Amino acid sequence: MNAITVLTQLLSVLIGVALAPLFLGWVNQCRAWLSNRTAPSLLQPYRTIRKLLHKDAVIAEGASPLFRAVPYLLFGAMATAAAIVPSLSTALPFGKSADAIALVGLFATARVFIALAAMDIGTAFGTLGARREMMIGFLAEPALLMVVFTASLIVGSTELPVMAETLAGRAVAIYPSLAFAAVAFVMVLLAENARIPIDNPTTHLELTMIHEAMVLEYSARHLALIEWASALKLFNYACIGFALFLPWGLAPASAGAEGLLLAFGLLLLKLVVAGAGLALMETLSAKLRIFRAPEFLAMAFLLAVLGLLVRLLLRS
Amino acid sequence: MTLPWSAQLIHLSAALLLLLSFAMLAQRRVRSLVNLFAAQGATLVVSTVIVAWSSGQHHLYYSAAMTLVLKVFLLPAILHRLIRRLEVQWDTETLVNIPTVLLIGLLVVIFSFGLAQPISQFADTVTRSTLGIAIAVVLLAFLMMITRRKAVSQVVGFLAMENGLFFAATSATYGMPMVVELGIALDVLVGVFILGIFFFQIREQFESLDLHHLETLKED
Amino acid sequence: MELLILLGLPLFGALLLAVFGARTWAPELNVLVSLATFIAGCILTVKVIADGPMVVLQDQFFVDPFNVFIVALTAFVSFTTSLFSRPYMRIETEHGRLNPMRLRLYHSMFQLFMFTMLLALLTNNMGILWVAMEAATLSTVLLVSLYRTAASLEAAWKYFILCGVGIAQALFGTILLYFAAEKVLGGEGMNALLWTHLDGVKHQLEPTVLAISFVFLLVGYGTKVGLAPLHNWLPDAHAEGPTPVSAVLSGLLLNVALYAVIRCKVLVEGSVRSELPGQMLMLFGLLSVVIAVFMLWRQKDIKRLFAYSSIEHMGIITFAFGMGGPVANFAALLHMTVHSLTKSAIFFAVGHATQKAGTQMMDQISGLLTVSPRIGWGLMLGSLAILGLPPFGVFASEFLILTTAMRDQPWAAPILLLALGIAFAAIFSRVQPMVFGDPSVKPLTHRPALLPVFAHLALVLMLGVYIPPFLAQWYRLAAALIGG
Repeated sequence: MNAITVLTQLLSVLIGVALAPLFLGWVNQCRAWLSNRTAPSLLQPYRTIRKLLHKDAVIAEGASPLFRAVPYLLFGAMATAAAIVPSLSTALPFGKSADAIALVGLFATARVFIALAAMDIGTAFGTLGARREMMIGFLAEPALLMVVFTASLIVGSTELPVMAETLAGRAVAIYPSLAFAAVAFVMVLLAENARIPIDNPTTHLELTMIHEAMVLEYSARHLALIEWASALKLFNYACIGFALFLPWGLAPASAGAEGLLLAFGLLLLKLVVAGAGLALMETLSAKLRIFRAPEFLAMAFLLAVLGLLVRLLLRS
Repeated sequence: MTLPWSAQLIHLSAALLLLLSFAMLAQRRVRSLVNLFAAQGATLVVSTVIVAWSSGQHHLYYSAAMTLVLKVFLLPAILHRLIRRLEVQWDTETLVNIPTVLLIGLLVVIFSFGLAQPISQFADTVTRSTLGIAIAVVLLAFLMMITRRKAVSQVVGFLAMENGLFFAATSATYGMPMVVELGIALDVLVGVFILGIFFFQIREQFESLDLHHLETLKED
Repeated sequence: MELLILLGLPLFGALLLAVFGARTWAPELNVLVSLATFIAGCILTVKVIADGPMVVLQDQFFVDPFNVFIVALTAFVSFTTSLFSRPYMRIETEHGRLNPMRLRLYHSMFQLFMFTMLLALLTNNMGILWVAMEAATLSTVLLVSLYRTAASLEAAWKYFILCGVGIAQALFGTILLYFAAEKVLGGEGMNALLWTHLDGVKHQLEPTVLAISFVFLLVGYGTKVGLAPLHNWLPDAHAEGPTPVSAVLSGLLLNVALYAVIRCKVLVEGSVRSELPGQMLMLFGLLSVVIAVFMLWRQKDIKRLFAYSSIEHMGIITFAFGMGGPVANFAALLHMTVHSLTKSAIFFAVGHATQKAGTQMMDQISGLLTVSPRIGWGLMLGSLAILGLPPFGVFASEFLILTTAMRDQPWAAPILLLALGIAFAAIFSRVQPMVFGDPSVKPLTHRPALLPVFAHLALVLMLGVYIPPFLAQWYRLAAALIGG
């Protein structure tokens, strides 16, 4: 491990943290265009965060220390995840310490904490949101794991940087199993990031919201961190998707500054396309009733397992 | 160990067939079911043509053409017409627990892959590894027939089963002898006609195509 | 040539009756075609007895003692059924349950059904065998729902779906068979499904594949034989369809399906070289016997009662074929013959009895003997015959099967014996009050056709007392062909 790789590692995390609100802003802008609304500025998420940071925090009566700690924990977890997911370069010393399965675990930990914090206050909405969130998570995690397994079966490793590198290095071939996994992954992404068929990120309708219900009691810097962490989570998921299904363009360990710059440019391009695609999908689909969410996620799980099985069968 | 492109395409269409089977298993609306069946037929045609091209088995082109006419155009058209005439366009299956059915479907796929293993090791076709998928398609269609209560969905399940069998024949042996395939196609066609007549009889009798009316003959 | 005439006659008849089936003389035409088919069958049989097995039309069709024996039986029973259906269908029409259009459908489909069965029996191609079996299902579906009542529609739907699913399994089995055969018969392509060719190379076929294929074939064709656990369609279809259809379903279709299973068994046994296929047949056969016997007790409908009795007997025959060996095969073939004859005779008698009573419920039929002694005696004697009372032929074949079972499969013999005892009690206790007791039935508008009933029963009686040497020789040849 030399200084350059350490620098790359740091750079990855920083870029993730810095770009995440921009990506969210881009998705929101696309959604606004697609639904014929005047789009907010690309930088709106940054402004929201800044505004929130300047406000005075109000803590609900009877909140435990956990309630205060959760926003920091959440942000920390997502930043750590950004260190594991290859966004710019595959030379991530941190990647060695945690593979994709650990990454799924990290997301799960973050989920547990935010659900705990939501229940901490004891309001009806917080508990409702937490319950729903746990249900979604309980269904989405196996699907995500199956997606990871499918890809790692092809590559023979569960480390994301290695997987991305191997997949990018292969001769072009059709992997039906990866196609299945990709569809499943998109479905998991939508569910995990409170996107439209499962949850509506812009809604404040009490009966349908999940994520919003959980963070209802937060304000000011706490809310800012949570919003930022959510944006970072979306960014991380996008980068996991790129690593598994569009692995070309990541800078290898040997690449210099130009290599990193090129990778950065490609990353921006991918994010632009992915954000537009995500917005398109959200605009085209209607929100599912909460009772239908298990069906949606069972579909995702099924697709991922099918990918795995098809891989096992067609290998011969 | 990169496979030739044709084999990769066949694998892709096999995977698509499997996916479509699951989509049918999860689809509640009768009309979409027929469309999915047509899509499955189209995928079957594509894979048969690729197999025919890559193996040089010319009679498979005829089978593909027959499948195209029968399963992509004729049968879906007949079914759509029936659905319109019977005014059951908006029929949906109720009371089907889709996630559970899908999970059972997964177990079925695992079972059929296990079943295909000993058979496909004796095959020398490029497509041998898709035999497991063919068996899975057959059994999934079977599962669909068990779980559905609407007459039209059961028939689509029956036809999908035939699709799976056709795919099995192509992938294991490059198709059955032509006489047999013609006979099978004839049987399927006649079967659908008879079912069409049958639908009207059932409708006339019960004013609905819901099969729960047909559950009175039981041992008491 | 004889073979083509034999196949062509019912097909031609079906076309003819599709046009003229609604005329008043259509039943007579039906009888005529069936008679012609029967005569053609007899000629073919004589020829095969004289010249031995033959293949025709580039090996596409073949006749050997095994199938010609079932062909003769099929042609005979279809002829007598057409005799029976003539007055039966007229009475049904007068009762207002049928109209000329449906009668046309009935006549045409009846002949088509005969054609598909003969095709299944005579074809040499295992694929065509499948096609013919499926066609046999299709041609009878509309016959089962002929009355268009709610119950008959349900029965026909169940019949179609269950048999359709079953037969799909058989198709998969056939595909696997072809898969194994192609390896050995390779370049021939077209011929790789011909039974005679397969029989020649059966020792080289891949055992694993054939074993799996046999499971599918047995389940598939077994559904049509009415073997448990996929037997549910059979009682419904028998009870709700017109009685002539019940008679041919029970007496003929089940045999033909069993014929398909046995043809497959011969091939698979040659390849697998183990007891496995035989054991599977025994298991399914015995299971069907046991299930059918217990269901017999619960029946209220007379046609359902005898439908379950058919399942029981098919189970016994399957069991006997499963045991294999010359004696058991001989007994199974004999039982096949006598069961066909007896069961169709019973259905003829039952058909008229239910017409007289206006119901199929057994507790509402009584005193047949007082009102029309011939129907009463027909039903009584038929029931006694099917229950295996000496001197009827069923006794002889069941006796042979039981003694063979005691020798070869001692574990199964008590089960079989017990089952036969229970079946005896169940059927006898139901039939007795219907035949004797106070009359509850009314006279018929047409003279019932009872000639077929007594002709069948006389044949069964004869087979129980004395089997003509040519017939015995014939059975022996067929039994040797099946081997095992």
